[in-house]
Amino acid sequence: MISYVLRQVGLSVGVLVSAIIILFSLIYLVPGDPATIALGPRASEQQKIVFRQSMGLDQPVPVQAFHFVSKLATGDLGTDLLTRQPVLRLVGAALPKTVTLALTGLGWALLLGVPMGCISAMRPDSMTDRLIGLVSTSVVALPSFLLAIYLLIAFAVTLRWLPAMGAGEPGDIGDQIQHLILPAFAVGLGWVGYIARLVRASLLETLQENHVRTYRAFGVSDTRIAMRYALPIAMIPVVAVIGVGLGNLLSGAVLVEVVFSRPGLGSLAHDAVTTRNSPVLVGTVLVTTLLYIAANLSTDILSALLDPRLRKEA
Amino acid sequence: MTTVEETPPVSAPPALKALPGWSTVRRLLSSPSGAIALVVVVALVFCAVFAPLVAPYDPVQIAPRIRFQGPSLEHWLGTDQLGRDVLSRVIFGTRVAFKVALSGTAAALLLGLVLGIVAGLGKSWIDGVLLLVCDAMRSLPMILFALAVVAIYGPSMATLITVITFSMAPGYFRVVRNQVLVLRNMDFVVASQSMGASLGRVAITHLVPNLIGPIIVLIAMDIPAVIGIESGLSFLGQGIQPPEASWGTMLSDGYSFLRQAPHLAIASGLPVIVATIAFTFLGEALRDVLDPKSSRGR
Repeated sequence: MISYVLRQVGLSVGVLVSAIIILFSLIYLVPGDPATIALGPRASEQQKIVFRQSMGLDQPVPVQAFHFVSKLATGDLGTDLLTRQPVLRLVGAALPKTVTLALTGLGWALLLGVPMGCISAMRPDSMTDRLIGLVSTSVVALPSFLLAIYLLIAFAVTLRWLPAMGAGEPGDIGDQIQHLILPAFAVGLGWVGYIARLVRASLLETLQENHVRTYRAFGVSDTRIAMRYALPIAMIPVVAVIGVGLGNLLSGAVLVEVVFSRPGLGSLAHDAVTTRNSPVLVGTVLVTTLLYIAANLSTDILSALLDPRLRKEA
Repeated sequence: MTTVEETPPVSAPPALKALPGWSTVRRLLSSPSGAIALVVVVALVFCAVFAPLVAPYDPVQIAPRIRFQGPSLEHWLGTDQLGRDVLSRVIFGTRVAFKVALSGTAAALLLGLVLGIVAGLGKSWIDGVLLLVCDAMRSLPMILFALAVVAIYGPSMATLITVITFSMAPGYFRVVRNQVLVLRNMDFVVASQSMGASLGRVAITHLVPNLIGPIIVLIAMDIPAVIGIESGLSFLGQGIQPPEASWGTMLSDGYSFLRQAPHLAIASGLPVIVATIAFTFLGEALRDVLDPKSSRGR
């Protein structure tokens, strides 16, 4: 197990380093003059020089790369071009809000999606299964920000049942929960369909295995077999696939935040891109990439803890 | 990351005759959801190609006197803040959506195909490096990464397509690479190689035809995601730029006038919903037809 964990950690570090290299080369090695591209053709020569200096673009590429990495290693993600605040602090303040929204969305999607998948798998090709399949497939690819706009029109603007904007009064938990309902619904709906389909496929496969047939021969009821013996095994690949999808979850949450004007990574990135504040954006991407890789590493180790076979495969 | 370790699917690919053709379409039409999805997709393509003929008005024709009109017989989906006909803009938006989706997917496919074949047939260290890069690309958060690129390069259709290409290519790379790893040990590939066929010849005559099935399925499944990214970025004002009519920029306009004229946002969202659902169902149906093994779980 320890060698498996070490191997996975090593791979994750490799992926992180490659991601940093990709990000660096895409952002700093642009063809043409980055200052002209960023500031537009009408920028004065003086502005361009200031921009190049502030971004360190007046230095040779290897020096830039070295600065980029050595600053990263000390946790320095650069400074906001407008407010001169450290990017790490801005991202650190926004990240928990976005993660709360994303996890709330994923949470309710699991609560609904797993039972839906189970019901489907236990009665394959029944009317219920077909209905669940139809609903899951329909919602799975709907962009969550679009759903957010529709929810906003229906429940906040027209019916006025729920608040439309912001994240609620700080300290007032009830108010914050009210502000969370619509965004979390928008973030999670696609995941309900996704999880239901994953659980269904995985559970159907598990139900065909020999040990399940043995339980059946012993006269254990179908529901008990599915819930007690098959589902825990079927959930292992589901957990791994959810881990891979976490990036999409975050992207969805970012856009939904903008729709509901909630503070978080979404509004941070949105404001930064309208002012061409690239250090903030690069910092945001780096932190979320790190988070994603760490989350995937945890799901991998969790899966290996649950399923010893995975350790041997590695 | 387990993804690096993923073993290739052991499903033996069907022989050469499995090239999708008319029989595929016929079988596709035999499932109700597949048939409906195909009809909707064909209708969308028709709208995109013949937009000037289908649209009742000029999509950029401004008419200040009829701003914010609700749906009526003259303007089925109403008019926007400049009095432009929303239906015509939706129809022209189909063009933009397909232009972005098709060019982004095609470029990603080409990149993924070439690199996938190289990784599958090449030395193991090449494979390892490419897998690592592919995993790194997939770990970048799509929308935030796109915004970072836009902040440097500026918003344009070219930036949008580039970002989509880079985010979609790893998916194709992985499928192609895994299939090639299975295929390269199959008798017909080994035989061809032992008769002295070059790498390029093996790739074109033996590998590519066997990869078409899974790739078509992946394309259909990816297009909704691409439409989502395009409309999402355009909604943020960082994708397609006005006055060009794209579903995302229309949604952004609708969002600005949400209280005044909610029909704008509702109408601009409809094509996105129709397109994503149709392509998802088409992808599912195609998978059932082209790759019956993987549909066992469905």
